[in-house]
Amino acid sequence: MKTFTSNPFYKFIIFPVGQMLAFILGAGTLLSVIIILLAYIFRGSVTNLDLVERTITILPKVLIDGITIGFVYATIALGYTMVYGVLEFINFSHSEIFMVGGVVGVELLRYFDAQGSLATMNEYVVIGMAIVLGMVIAGGLAVTVERIAYKPLRGAPRLVPLISAIGMSFILQDAVRLILGLTTGEFNVILPQFGTFDEFQILTIPGIANAVQIQNKTILLIAVTVMMLVGLNFLVNGTKIGKAIRAVAQDRPTASLMGINVNLIISLTFLIGGALGGAAGVLFALKVTRLDPFVGFFPGLKAFTAAVLGGIGNLTGALLGGLVLGLLESFGASYLGIFTEGAFGAEYKDILAFAILIIILIFRPSGLLGQTVGQKA
Amino acid sequence: MFKRLNVVIALLIVASLALAACAPAAPKTIKIATQSPLSGGQSLLGVDIKRGAELALEQLGGPLTEMGFTVELAPYDDQATPDVGVANAKNIVADSAILCGVGHLNSGVMIPSSEEYHTAGLAFVSPANTNPVVTTRGYAEVNRIVGRDDVQAPVAEAYARNELGASSVYIIHDKTAYGQGVAEFFRAAADENGLEVQAFEGTEETANFDAIITPLLASNPDVVFFSGIYNQAGVFFKQARDAGYEGTFMGTDGMDASDLAALAGDALTKGGGMVYTSVAGPAAAYPKAAKFASDFEAKFGSAPQPFSAQAYDSMGVCLSAIKNAAEAAGGEVPTREAVRDAIRALSYDGMTGSIAFDSIGDLPTAKYFIIKVNATSAETWGSNEIVAELDFASPGMGE
Repeated sequence: MKTFTSNPFYKFIIFPVGQMLAFILGAGTLLSVIIILLAYIFRGSVTNLDLVERTITILPKVLIDGITIGFVYATIALGYTMVYGVLEFINFSHSEIFMVGGVVGVELLRYFDAQGSLATMNEYVVIGMAIVLGMVIAGGLAVTVERIAYKPLRGAPRLVPLISAIGMSFILQDAVRLILGLTTGEFNVILPQFGTFDEFQILTIPGIANAVQIQNKTILLIAVTVMMLVGLNFLVNGTKIGKAIRAVAQDRPTASLMGINVNLIISLTFLIGGALGGAAGVLFALKVTRLDPFVGFFPGLKAFTAAVLGGIGNLTGALLGGLVLGLLESFGASYLGIFTEGAFGAEYKDILAFAILIIILIFRPSGLLGQTVGQKA
Repeated sequence: MFKRLNVVIALLIVASLALAACAPAAPKTIKIATQSPLSGGQSLLGVDIKRGAELALEQLGGPLTEMGFTVELAPYDDQATPDVGVANAKNIVADSAILCGVGHLNSGVMIPSSEEYHTAGLAFVSPANTNPVVTTRGYAEVNRIVGRDDVQAPVAEAYARNELGASSVYIIHDKTAYGQGVAEFFRAAADENGLEVQAFEGTEETANFDAIITPLLASNPDVVFFSGIYNQAGVFFKQARDAGYEGTFMGTDGMDASDLAALAGDALTKGGGMVYTSVAGPAAAYPKAAKFASDFEAKFGSAPQPFSAQAYDSMGVCLSAIKNAAEAAGGEVPTREAVRDAIRALSYDGMTGSIAFDSIGDLPTAKYFIIKVNATSAETWGSNEIVAELDFASPGMGE
């Protein structure tokens, strides 16, 4: 057994993927059981439809919606949590890094579309190019932002770089708005239609009458984010660079004494976090089909919440937090209206999700997986 | 130290006297403000409101120029945001040369901003605001040349029931004064007439509508009524259609922008298609607007968006009222109060119809259109057809 668990294939593929599956199954099953129980309890009070039947009919789709957005949150949350791990401050401009990645990716697709070559190219190659470009630009931008706005403030009180980050966030939003206005003259960045991403795969689950439909782009989104998360896990836990990142996160002065180039590692952290955010931006754009310079705000805020929920500074925690938050939101939005016969609709999903988060944080103030994070002096 | 300060103050006084001496050089300048979103997601409509007013000033400003006035346009960008609109409004009322204004696009911005205009006695003519509250406060300064939501929504509801044969509806709004306002009126009409309202949802989401679409598909309503603005609705329509919704989308005049088709593509024509109600018809609906459309295109290089013709007329109303008030004042620059009263007394033959205001600033009878979308891209937006055109009397102050 010992030899098997130290096998790199197990350690870097089976274990992280299994962990994700466990999180999804755990959170998904728990919420499903709760909602079905609630449906039975309130069955009599809802008169306009059969509550139990409706609850079960839409349940698979609600789970898929929640997992999809959960992976987006998780991928962005990693950027917050990695930076927090090494620098102990919240990089609020990360939501704009996410937006920039998405905008750059879509602009590449629009460029191909204008050239007329989009329809003839392999759709997966094209989207791959968009994701890579989004990652490169977003990663580069994150490093640049760190150099300009955070590095000069590294010795300052902790609130100072926080304010600087909020400022960078506004600057990036309006810079993108300005650049888009000057180049394309448009505020909305609309994804050109191409490929078969809008088509459905139909899953039939034995025992459930309704087939579950998943769009190709949703499958792509989940597959790519899972691959990135596995890759990141390998990078952080299986390579020397990862060891250096962990060392800097634990104790920066000592890491520096051990011959680790701290500035390089911090830049690298921003590069990785930014690249993940950029890729998430492109995938998000593929899913929602429209971006604008302010589109990063809400996913960014949610991802930051997910990072806190999971235990900020903890990579696994960010993944768990993202999935839990995504599922909570999806359940809240889909079921609030049905359970209350329309008195409280999807607009209250955030209130429900955040109420549950606060309850969780009352009992676990450092987050779901937060206790293992090093308490620095 | 104090000695030096005295010198500075003395210099400042001299400088300000010099400036004051220069100031009366242009004594008879009149400014007319516009307020609309010139940047951001709704700028497509907002910029063309400004341009419509600009064109009107150029073409209709002659009589005032002949009386010796210099008439200038003072455009302001309200960013479709209430606090920006109010901040601009404070600047507008502080500029005593501004005698009249054209704006806004959004009722949610107009309502708080017009409190400033009301306090200052500055008249505004709205080319686009349809929320009843804009006029039902009874302010003498606030006028509009379009219809009202409390009529627009029942018109839409009747169309869904009678023409589309719908028996169930899913109402979604954008949580703004405009969107939620229309949605509430639609729901009231539906409840009254037995059209089943399956859900009434507000959302500020602009990207990922999964959580709304999943229960929507399970309910499978005949009609989805989206009460909001095109940049949000277009994304929603596309995602809902992609997810397999086959019924008809309905919307309000906030949908009337070519970018809706750019965002939603063929989601607007597939399945049950999409119709929207509007208080501002396309150029073809107004016989006199053909020249306006060609002049507009010659000057700005693109076809006018909806509300641009209304902005042209709003500016026309301002100019005529200022002229009447100036004549009554013996050729001097009239007061804001005189302009305000002149607007209410006016009977103006506009491009979009004859314009006269009732005691609260509404048109006594306004036009409402129901328009079916045939466009699948921004370029073909003009191919949309008017399927119904109705005249309704203004409900006045309401109950």
